[in-house]
Amino acid sequence: MEMPAPDARVMALKSEIVAGLRAVLPADAVIDDPTETRAYECDALSAYRCPPLAAILPRSTAEVAAALKLCHDFGVPVVPRGSGTSLAGGALPTADSVILGVARMNRVLEVDYSNRLIRVEAGRTNLSVTGAVEADGFFYAPDPSSQLACAIAGNIAMNSGGAHCLKYGVTTNNLLGVTMVLMDGSVVEIGGAHMDAGGLDLLGVICGSEGQLGVVTEATLRILPRPEGARPVLIGFNANEVAGACVADIIKAGVLPVAIEFMDRPCIRACEDFARAGYPDCEALLIIEVEGAEAEIDEQLGLIRQIAMRHDPVEFRESGSEEESKKIWLGRKSAFGAMGQINDYMCLDGTIPVSALPFVLKRIGEMSRDYGLGVANVFHAGDGNMHPLILYNANKPGDLELCEAFGADILKLCVEVGGCLTGEHGVGIEKRDLMGVQYDAVDMEAQMRVKDVFDPKWLLNPAKVFPLAASAGRRDG
Amino acid sequence: MLDVSGIAGITLYEPGALTLVAKAGTPLAEAEAVLRAEGQRLAFEPADWRGLLGTSGVPTLGGMVAANASGPRRVQAGACRDALLGVRFVDGTGAVVKNGGRVMKNVTGYDLVKLMAGSWGTLGVLSEVSLKVLPVPETSATLVIGGLDGVAAVAAMTEALVSPYDVTGAAHGPEGTLIRIEGFAQSVAYRAAELAGRLARFGTVEVERDPMLVAGLWRGVRDVAAFHGVAGDVWRLSVKPSEAPGLVARSGARQVVYDWGGGLVWLLMPEGQDLRASLGPFAGHATLIRASEETRARIQAFQPEPPAVAALSQGLRQRFDPKGIFNPGLMG
Repeated sequence: MEMPAPDARVMALKSEIVAGLRAVLPADAVIDDPTETRAYECDALSAYRCPPLAAILPRSTAEVAAALKLCHDFGVPVVPRGSGTSLAGGALPTADSVILGVARMNRVLEVDYSNRLIRVEAGRTNLSVTGAVEADGFFYAPDPSSQLACAIAGNIAMNSGGAHCLKYGVTTNNLLGVTMVLMDGSVVEIGGAHMDAGGLDLLGVICGSEGQLGVVTEATLRILPRPEGARPVLIGFNANEVAGACVADIIKAGVLPVAIEFMDRPCIRACEDFARAGYPDCEALLIIEVEGAEAEIDEQLGLIRQIAMRHDPVEFRESGSEEESKKIWLGRKSAFGAMGQINDYMCLDGTIPVSALPFVLKRIGEMSRDYGLGVANVFHAGDGNMHPLILYNANKPGDLELCEAFGADILKLCVEVGGCLTGEHGVGIEKRDLMGVQYDAVDMEAQMRVKDVFDPKWLLNPAKVFPLAASAGRRDG
Repeated sequence: MLDVSGIAGITLYEPGALTLVAKAGTPLAEAEAVLRAEGQRLAFEPADWRGLLGTSGVPTLGGMVAANASGPRRVQAGACRDALLGVRFVDGTGAVVKNGGRVMKNVTGYDLVKLMAGSWGTLGVLSEVSLKVLPVPETSATLVIGGLDGVAAVAAMTEALVSPYDVTGAAHGPEGTLIRIEGFAQSVAYRAAELAGRLARFGTVEVERDPMLVAGLWRGVRDVAAFHGVAGDVWRLSVKPSEAPGLVARSGARQVVYDWGGGLVWLLMPEGQDLRASLGPFAGHATLIRASEETRARIQAFQPEPPAVAALSQGLRQRFDPKGIFNPGLMG
């Protein structure tokens, strides 16, 4: 993975740039001490690191606007950062860039239950959005697994999903409006409290643009009334194909669970060793959760049981209590931790058509043998979003590169069967050089034109998403 | 005139994966029939505007996407743009561009899919679309409250929408104030009873369970049947639901239909009257849907955008259609 060489002109201007930032921002909002900027050298894709020229932590839209205008005038690249939980390197700096962190902008600005919305500053964490409304029986639906730490700003940048999006959708389906600062310092309001765009759906293209179009400082989000209850069921099978067929039958029968999670044998074993959740020893495990009042839950689970029984499961365990529900989820929720105990791992994020699941799992198994690297699969089965975890040894020379090559092969396979490179983590730098597998030059050109409009000088997070060769002319322009 | 009705046909339909891929000129009715045979549907309930506009012709999937046509279920299942998974289109330079795909979660590159939905053909000519579909629920029921004014109707719809009973439609028009619930039979019965209790303070609550009658009520809301064949201009107002009754009060409308819990208002206006001038500044937007040639020449169909936003929209149109050949002037 390659990043562009830092711009010598910008590096030489460092003291002027920092002095300029200090002139428009409070003293504690500008960080340029090399020991302190090191805290911003990477995000959750920690294999790649580079301290930025400086980091700034503004407290308001006006401060963001002033700082961006200054960086624009100096021609300095800016890398926006939410909480730094990106698994794709979305917040990785270059040595000539200024990191713009929105973490200090975390207030709730308005809660409006009648209109089912909340307006927050974009540095607020995902879980604390729900935290602000849950006492009144509401919640914010997108629930990425990093939700305790990740910021709404990053969720919007990556169009984050979560385990419950089968029913509730991802960030873009729950975002009503943003206040955004463009690279030249101008502030735009896109969307608002109403439910559709009056002109072109700019909000739709801003969401998921990986911090390349503007810096979102405030967001209006849809909140939903919490269902009366929820209950999971655990179903074990002796073959991946059978588990996949069961999922398809459930969906075809008209049941729409809030979550359908799939784990394969290596993952079940690791979770069991780690969390002792009492999972059966089998090839494939489904955790299916349904919502509603008691009677509604019974009705849906009754149907799921009928369907599952046709597929001869080795285990069908319906939760009978809050305690049992927690235990069923315990293993799944500790999956990443469990794998981390065993080994270093790389977490992939491709999506495939649900029907391709058995074939893809079989191929991943074969590739795993060829590469000599173990892999465990966790999967949002309802929507086809896979998270293969490739195990490698970070201390063994060449293992990271081998793991990356294996990962690239899996993602190519996802595209071949009709899926995509990334379902919810984003492209960042991690999948940047694979973009050509899914999109040809014309498709990428169409996307890059959008950035030309929002950020003509290509200063916002410029070396991400598009292969460097594809964006070179624009970045150097 | 570029007629794309020849680019038609369903390319791929996987009921178990809830996805349909079809050429843009595929008639909507054809797609809906294929889905119905598998017990599925387009959940966003696309409208048929022929009655409203007094036009004939065959509604297509491409037209539906270009208009982001989203009916009453938008409040629960999302809009057309939310169900749109992928597009293929030809831009103003003749380049064939694809974006998105046919899987439900996809954040690979920029989301031009959303940008194309509701772009009214101004950025490119759609040639293929992929859509997420959903199962048709076993049962549906509609609670009907008669005699409410706009303020009380929005209050009643809000009460229903903030409840945990998964309301899939909340509208107010000539048939009364309508609240729809859908799902498995026992669940619908339970939720209907709970909701009827919560809404009792607004008036007598009738529960309509006849499938044909329920479907008819919502088709009427979806297609704005109240304004079919009635003289007057038709405007579509998209606002914060709680602000809708106040805006309606100063609109000068002869008749209104509320949908989306009040977030969408259809207004029948005296001919030639500029609704935006009557309302003054407000948060949201007003679109002129039906009027004489003369009125449409004088009043812009789409809400003018603030200058900074208009510059972005104009920039995008310029990049995708540098010579301005697609519906010139339609959106600004």
